[in-house]
Amino acid sequence: METYKLTVNGQPKQVTVDPDTPLLWVLREDLKMTGTKYGCGIAACGACTVHLGGIATRSCVVPVSLVRGRTIVTIEGIGEDHVGRAVQNAWVAEDVVQCGYCQSGQIMSAVALLKSTPKPTDTNIEDSMGGNICRCGTYVRIREAIKAASLQLK
Amino acid sequence: MVCSLRTSPRIFFILFACALWSGMPSRLSGQSASPKPVTAPVTRDAGLAAWQQVYSVLTHPRCINCHTASNYPEQGDDRHRHLFNVVRGPGGKGVPGLNCATCHQGANADRAGVPGAYDWHLAPLSMKWQDPEDKILSGAQVCQSLTDRTKNHNFDGPAILKHHQDEPLVLWAFQPGRRRDGSARSSPPLTHDEFVKATRDWVEAGTPCPQNP
Repeated sequence: METYKLTVNGQPKQVTVDPDTPLLWVLREDLKMTGTKYGCGIAACGACTVHLGGIATRSCVVPVSLVRGRTIVTIEGIGEDHVGRAVQNAWVAEDVVQCGYCQSGQIMSAVALLKSTPKPTDTNIEDSMGGNICRCGTYVRIREAIKAASLQLK
Repeated sequence: MVCSLRTSPRIFFILFACALWSGMPSRLSGQSASPKPVTAPVTRDAGLAAWQQVYSVLTHPRCINCHTASNYPEQGDDRHRHLFNVVRGPGGKGVPGLNCATCHQGANADRAGVPGAYDWHLAPLSMKWQDPEDKILSGAQVCQSLTDRTKNHNFDGPAILKHHQDEPLVLWAFQPGRRRDGSARSSPPLTHDEFVKATRDWVEAGTPCPQNP
């Protein structure tokens, strides 16, 4: 077991866990932040996406030992950011969610896209969101919500 | 060093001291090291043979999977298209929301079966070692690309050798970690030391390339 100091949503946190423990489990089990979801455990679905050092990252495959001082932003904190707030507003306005299980990961990836590409094309959206799977098939509404959020970012 | 012969009473001692100093091994006296052992220059034929060894590594899936001619990386020993619709992106590091670093961290994550090394990325298209149909290019074609300084970041032979010695992604290929099922990922046919030696021999031979395409 090792002790790790983390910065999650701007707050300092400390956990004592096995170095191989995935960041997702640290967030959910140790820090009780359950907004980030476990989907596949192999970085194949995107449900566990958080921002690590500003990059959308699959937390289920990142051992906590490899976080190495990078800041962590989760779905619980993304609304503090103006892009994150715009995306969440658009998600509500477009009524994107069906079952909702994948949506925290969808939002985290959408925010990462809009932070670097404020006016994304359909191709930008497809390329950036292609790793986030939605079994309810809300892809059309996700696309519309990203475009709506983009308009809010004028 | 000054060995003066000005006064006779001291001559014997000074001569003795000078003789002793000049007889010391150069590494003790501070003089330049003795010449390197003479080695035969690497012939063109030997260089071409060394290139074949280098080529056997460059075209192994651990290397060539990220030296594609396409808009995507490949995975696995069967070199299939990378899952999850991963694309190259403008800098060879994916796109926002789906960067290489979205999954690939600074080291292998063996528990999850996700490989990792510092600055995971695709090689530039100028260093493609496959054709657009994912067929591996010939040794002559890869050699010509690798030695073309308009395509290879202006690397000369020693710079290519250094790249093969030190680049983290090259080093990763020889310690590629484990798959999700716990089995070891395959590694190139040479050890890293053998690969570096083959590269050095090829460079010392003047980076000769095979003639036939």
